[in-house]
Amino acid sequence: MSDSNSHSSGDRGGSEAPHPQAGTRTYSEVRRGEQRSDNEGIHMKANWSETKNPYLPDLATVIGVIDETPNIKSFRVVLNDEEKMKRFSFEPGQVGQLSIFGVGESTFVINSPPTRMEYLQFSVMKAGEATAALHDLSVGDQIGVRAPLGNWFPYQEMKGRNILFVGGGIGLAPLRTLILFMLDTRKDYGDITIIYGARSHADLCYKEDIEAWGKSNDVELILTVDANSPGPPIREGFVPTVLNEVAPKPDNKVAITCGPPIMIKYVLQNLAQLGFNDEDVITTLEARMKCGIGLCGRCNIGSRFICKDGPVFSLAELKRLKFEI
Amino acid sequence: MKTSAYLKKGKEKDLIDALDTKARLQGHVIVPCLDGDTVTFKPAEPGCTPCFSRPAVSPPKGVIYPQSETLFSFKFKKDPEDARRTLIDLNDAIEAPDTIIFGARPCDARGIAIIDRAFSQTDTPDPYYLARREKTTIITLTCPEPSTGCFCTRVGCGPAEKSDSDVMMTEIEDGYLFEALTDKGQAILKNPVLEDGTAHEARAKEVQGAAHERMVKEVGETDTRPVDPELFHSQAFWEKAAERCLGCGACTYLCPTCYCFNITDEQVVDKGERIRSWDACMFHHFTLEASGHNPRAAKALRLKNRIGHKFVYYGEKYDGIIACSGCGRCIRGCPVSMEISSIVAALKEGTKT
Repeated sequence: MSDSNSHSSGDRGGSEAPHPQAGTRTYSEVRRGEQRSDNEGIHMKANWSETKNPYLPDLATVIGVIDETPNIKSFRVVLNDEEKMKRFSFEPGQVGQLSIFGVGESTFVINSPPTRMEYLQFSVMKAGEATAALHDLSVGDQIGVRAPLGNWFPYQEMKGRNILFVGGGIGLAPLRTLILFMLDTRKDYGDITIIYGARSHADLCYKEDIEAWGKSNDVELILTVDANSPGPPIREGFVPTVLNEVAPKPDNKVAITCGPPIMIKYVLQNLAQLGFNDEDVITTLEARMKCGIGLCGRCNIGSRFICKDGPVFSLAELKRLKFEI
Repeated sequence: MKTSAYLKKGKEKDLIDALDTKARLQGHVIVPCLDGDTVTFKPAEPGCTPCFSRPAVSPPKGVIYPQSETLFSFKFKKDPEDARRTLIDLNDAIEAPDTIIFGARPCDARGIAIIDRAFSQTDTPDPYYLARREKTTIITLTCPEPSTGCFCTRVGCGPAEKSDSDVMMTEIEDGYLFEALTDKGQAILKNPVLEDGTAHEARAKEVQGAAHERMVKEVGETDTRPVDPELFHSQAFWEKAAERCLGCGACTYLCPTCYCFNITDEQVVDKGERIRSWDACMFHHFTLEASGHNPRAAKALRLKNRIGHKFVYYGEKYDGIIACSGCGRCIRGCPVSMEISSIVAALKEGTKT
């Protein structure tokens, strides 16, 4: 998959929503527009022998395991095929499927940026079977990787703009990719503000990054934890509430948010109250996924698949799709 | 080049036996067989009594898109250079034998055409499906008469619809006329069991026309009206429509156009397989996430998704095409007699059910 990843970075694929009730046409009208290839299948527009198997993972080796929180670990992996690893390219926000053979696959964002390609990092919260098996991995273990999948943050269109990140818990993972990418190409962007919260001090992810961002003049970092968390004094309060307290102005700003669904829901509402346009509010969604290529039928919002047409959507797009978080 | 051929009644088995011998001997000629009281698609083996008088209980989609198939196998082995490590071998060999579906109905062939688009008209086509699809020839029978629940002409299909088949087979008084519609169909017509069909073409055309007229009279012409957007997004509409639904998923398993699937791993000792199996969007756990969150937790939302996919979402991707062939199996097979056709009619009408 990596070698076919030749999309231009500004265009992140079809996330424009068509009108859901376009009138239907009779079948013969439609058929006249379709090419009929008698030797394959009447409606086929692909040839078996020229088709790469999108279900076959690349084998990869775990080269690092980081304990982020009591139930989140990050895994650094490299593809076993050195040439493939060298050629591997992706965009910030794209995801991958990790395989534990014999257990199954699950989808995670690549949370290391494309500007740092020594390895691909994925963070995994222990929640079900596949994630529990992933948590048992140690350095040197073999896994399967299908990546990159999905669309990405429209970072080209964010150039020259101020950026506000609003993250909660493991939801910092996709934001981390873009934050590190922007820090590596810092001059392209205006002010960068990060509001990040978790249940407790122990549940804050990427502690090394947080420490670095706290000290850096390149970003403004606002950390918050829910009430009564033991640890150094920082803000207390839920992320949407803290967002309202900080009350960032929407001046030439793009807001990017990810976290638990309930947090995203209120963050979107609060951003609207703060005066952000729907086009300038971007989120990245997750869902139960199997195929990762828009076929198996699980993660659709109407005719759009979170795995293929997403996971990154603007609030404007979600409203057109009548999606409610 | 023959474009039509004729077979006398009573010689159906002779023709089936004379179809691609290799495919037949390997069980890859699939025909509707009498199975007790029901008709099911099965390999044409000596035990099969072909039955063309009524549609099979389930469509032949599994011939091209099996209910369960291996995507690849994996095998663990010790790393020869480091005894603590395990390496993995993957093998994704795809097998696709030449296959003939003999005696499909136009709605069955339409079902396959609908899945064709989903699996091929994408930037990541499905090689397993493509392989079998390329090797399959579909011989379709003009429907002699409507069955209960049929509504094909309402959704742009029909009892004599030829768009999706390689050969059309039409029953006339003393025999059948075979028309080749594709190159694959031409190959079938070369079979020596078949006689010249020219003399019977006109009669077959009449029979096809009459079959179409009869169905239109029974269920009506293609309904091209779009669904009412407000009603489509009305929770109350779907709650009412889904009230009776048991969530058993029978409709999805009998549907010629449903293609949702699951992927699971099975492992015994040091080797295993990744397997794809049909799944159903009508099941609660289909979208259930490990966190406990479920975006389609309510039955009403699942029904909206299933009908929405067939009558709204698929058309948004593929030129307004309806992803339903009107075969009526979901109606005949539903334990509580839910009727997709009347739910869709209400959506198009814009009336509350």
